[in-house]
Amino acid sequence: MIEIKNLHKSYKMGSNSLHVLKGINFSVQEGELVAIMGSSGSGKSTLLNILGMLDNYDEGEYTLDGVLIKDLGETKAANYRNKFLGFIFQSFNLINYKSAWENVALPLYYQRVGRKDRKTKAEKYLASVGLKEWSDHLPSELSGGQKQRVAIARAMAAEPKVLLADEPTGALDSKTSHEVMDLIQKINDEGKTILVVTHEEDIAHMCKRIVHLKDGVIVRDEVVEQVRVSSYV
Amino acid sequence: MFRFIFDKDTWQEIWGSISKNKIRTVITVIGVLWGIFVYIALSGAAKGMDNGFDKEFKDIAKNSIFLWTQRTSIPYEGFKIGRTFNLKLNDVEELKQKHPQIEFIAPRNVKGVFGDAPPTVVRKDKSGAYSVYGDFPEVDKISKKKIYDGGRFLNDEDIRNERKVVVIGERVEEELFGKDEEAVGQFIRINNIFFQVIGVYKYEGGVGFEDDGSIFMPFSTFRKIYNMGDNVGWFAIAAYDNVDIVALEDQIKQTVKRIHRVHPDDERAVGTFNLGEQFGRIMGFAKGLNLLSLIVGLATIIAGVIAIGNILLISVKERTKELGIRRALGATPKEVRSQILLESVFLTIVAGIIGIILGALVLMGINASLPEDGGFPYTNPTVPIPFVIGALLIMVVLGTLIGLIPAQRAVSIKPIDALREE
Repeated sequence: MIEIKNLHKSYKMGSNSLHVLKGINFSVQEGELVAIMGSSGSGKSTLLNILGMLDNYDEGEYTLDGVLIKDLGETKAANYRNKFLGFIFQSFNLINYKSAWENVALPLYYQRVGRKDRKTKAEKYLASVGLKEWSDHLPSELSGGQKQRVAIARAMAAEPKVLLADEPTGALDSKTSHEVMDLIQKINDEGKTILVVTHEEDIAHMCKRIVHLKDGVIVRDEVVEQVRVSSYV
Repeated sequence: MFRFIFDKDTWQEIWGSISKNKIRTVITVIGVLWGIFVYIALSGAAKGMDNGFDKEFKDIAKNSIFLWTQRTSIPYEGFKIGRTFNLKLNDVEELKQKHPQIEFIAPRNVKGVFGDAPPTVVRKDKSGAYSVYGDFPEVDKISKKKIYDGGRFLNDEDIRNERKVVVIGERVEEELFGKDEEAVGQFIRINNIFFQVIGVYKYEGGVGFEDDGSIFMPFSTFRKIYNMGDNVGWFAIAAYDNVDIVALEDQIKQTVKRIHRVHPDDERAVGTFNLGEQFGRIMGFAKGLNLLSLIVGLATIIAGVIAIGNILLISVKERTKELGIRRALGATPKEVRSQILLESVFLTIVAGIIGIILGALVLMGINASLPEDGGFPYTNPTVPIPFVIGALLIMVVLGTLIGLIPAQRAVSIKPIDALREE
């Protein structure tokens, strides 16, 4: 599903340049649930942004579902993002003046899905994250865990190939964190490819594979035995 | 883009964005609304004043001159200084021939205005002293008299037959006739000669020495009674509307001087009053006011549109995150740009239309509150449709241009930076 070869990325800060990714090689198969771990500054967010086509890279190759992603124009990148990727952010990034279902329907709007279909689909996905009753509520009326579930529903709504989660539990307490991870595991069970960036060990161990990043290189890439959230309870 | 504008979803998206940010929307709308309102109200009011002047002076030939003679101040061709001379009836033809710009000339005479005693006018047991004019029918074209009571003004037949008929003023009728008496057809005595009243006129303001206490008789009759010969008191001259009246005044003066053998440089011998010039000043004032209100109104509109741009710019900053999210979810730069742009144009147009309606209501209110014949030069305050459409166009164009700035800004922020911003 994802193929990365010798990926380099540096940021220019005035006259100095900061080499963040120093030759990343890894691939993700369909249906995997991968955690990318690393301390801050290790380059994990940069990697995720490149994977999410939110940022460009300097050197190397990135292929997503057989399509080479390189030097895309903004418009093309936007279309690919819409088609291939679903995002889950640490700070949820819901649009605060739109109700839950309108937020979920937003990617569908950019896919030119009609309004009626959008609503049906959005409500279906909201139901799948257990928020059917909350579809007309504004984000400000939801708890953190609920917001993240809305965000997950939104990421799912576009039916992407890959879900990218950037510290999805970073802003949540451990109980709601586990709820969210439970949801992510269930989505993965249905065959969706998911990448989770995290710095929490226990969250990482809820995935099937952990990629350790340090100073811009992969230091360890291990398949782990998945800890099911449901076993906690 | 075309499909985008007419897509229902686009408008739902825009409506969602502006209806859910009420304060921002309201403030923005007020900016433009106020601009267009001031523009409409101001230019409408100025137009009303313009119309008012037009109405006030509609009965007067605006491009006219009065011309009379005075003592000479330069000896010439054997005549000594200080000579007096009279305008003659024959001058009319010569002036007309020489100056085709002249529409008509009315030679006029009067008793009772320039220092001489007004003739005594008697009817039955009532009497009074009124100024009496000897006039041609043309004078009615220069300074229109509103005749009522079914009468008429002097006509060419009256002149030819030297008829002893008069048109009297409203006040003359009131003072010489009883309340329920019909003046037209009755006789009054001027200097012991009987005249039949053929019309009563209503004084409507304007320029000249006439008021509602004057009497008009045929020029030829006047000439005979007062033994005037060919002498004329003064000329009332009306030129065609497009004639430069100031230049014509000089030319006519020179002709009169030549006819009456006055030194060409004699500034004192011929006196004139240039009504056209005075009117030009008043109308120029009204036009200037019009222009001023136009400029002020346009400037206000521009200020309003800039306010919209400003608020949108701030709101883009505020909405950086939202726009970043939209782009992460697959909005293309074009879609983001179009949305901001359409928001700007939509708000501008809505605000503009409300402003136009409010402005029109205020103008209607002013018009309704004015007395019908209040003597205040203000009539039918309107804004010409092209001006309204022009203002709308300016607003849309400016709204688009000013909307481009925040739209461009929205696009220039990378989605990644937008999302990172907390």
